[in-house]
Amino acid sequence: MSQALEQHFDDTIAHDQRIEPRDWMPDAYRATMIRQIAQHAHSEIIGMQPEGNWLTRAPSLRRKAILLAKVQDEAGHGLYLYSATETLGADRTDLTNRLIEGRQKYSSIFNYPTLTFADVGVIGWLVDGAAICNQVPLCRSSYGPYARAMIRICKEESFHQRQGYELLLTMMRGTPAQRDMVQDATDRWWWPSLMMFGPPDTDSPNTAQSMAWRIKRHTNDELRQRFVDMTVPQAQALGVTLPDPQLRWNAERGHHDFGQPDWAEFKRVIGGEGPCNMQRIAQRRRAHDEGAWVREAAVAYATKQAARDLDNGAAT
Amino acid sequence: MTEPGDERSREERSRRERSERPVASAPPAGAHESTGAAIKQNWPLFEVFVRSKRGLNHVHVGSLHAADADMALHHARDLYTRRNEGVSIWVVRSDAITASSPDEKDPFFAPSGDKVYRHPTFYEIPDGVPHI
Repeated sequence: MSQALEQHFDDTIAHDQRIEPRDWMPDAYRATMIRQIAQHAHSEIIGMQPEGNWLTRAPSLRRKAILLAKVQDEAGHGLYLYSATETLGADRTDLTNRLIEGRQKYSSIFNYPTLTFADVGVIGWLVDGAAICNQVPLCRSSYGPYARAMIRICKEESFHQRQGYELLLTMMRGTPAQRDMVQDATDRWWWPSLMMFGPPDTDSPNTAQSMAWRIKRHTNDELRQRFVDMTVPQAQALGVTLPDPQLRWNAERGHHDFGQPDWAEFKRVIGGEGPCNMQRIAQRRRAHDEGAWVREAAVAYATKQAARDLDNGAAT
Repeated sequence: MTEPGDERSREERSRRERSERPVASAPPAGAHESTGAAIKQNWPLFEVFVRSKRGLNHVHVGSLHAADADMALHHARDLYTRRNEGVSIWVVRSDAITASSPDEKDPFFAPSGDKVYRHPTFYEIPDGVPHI
């Protein structure tokens, strides 16, 4: 019986069809999907913080409105993804607890600080650019609800990247001090952006299984290469230098050669020792705790209204 | 006269129950409802359907948690229509949905599988006959 189920699951994957919530699936597939989607959701939610830091200090009403819309989108992306995990039987409260207790991870990129307003632009350009590279193939993930969430998210990420790049173009047309800010932010965010694709393929033990299940469509190194190739001409158009002395065009390969990020730093940041890990989790926990009375009040109100409707129904 | 499908649908029902796993339509909140700590309970799950423009059906877009249906509508507006994606929204508690078994080859759909004569292409009409 279970062999037949497994065969049907394998056939569905092999025909590049989607697995849907009530389908039978191997426990390991379910667990992997929950972990991956939850980590992705956590990243979106924690990702509100670095940029949220600049909401009250945006230099103009226009930039403030844009930034607010962007941070709202990150919240929305987190919610689409939590919704997808729930189709697999995960419980949202449990996932939130796992995040604030440090039992589940989020993208290492959000553990770096946003020191100037140029960081807002560079996050849009590089961090969201890297996210798009990662996420476009996920629109064809074998798990239906995840793939559908990713389609919505990718449509919205395009706005994120373009607003960031436009912000930087504006600063580059400004004073020398503003141009220096853009270069400084680029220098600080370049390597962490490359780390967003995960460890090198030689050090990524789960890749093979994820590719077999069509959860993942390309290896970490393939996506990293694609991102570098996309970004180099954008940096030239912007007038900034990418901080990698080994970066150069390789005509033979038809790709750019580039240096390796500091993988020891990557492991430290993932392990909780990045510049902002504690702060990010503490803030998420505070928001959750301080919002408890709102959640409780809403339930009390709904309960009261439901009782009242019941009374009114009985009276008529 | 008994329905020939009776036996099958009973089978289908019991198999569905056996294969039931926690899914979107399982209310994560429901379990807490009888604990007396009503105030601590989680908000129930709602499924959201959006009509993207006049003339089209409402389409399922995802789910969200809310304390009641009114709040679910407002959250659905904020979450699923930030860019004019809809002109009308339905929300329904996930635990109010009854769903068929997911397997497409399921006997549940068998009654329509062998009735090719329901399709217009089943009938051969000479080439010269117009407007048919």
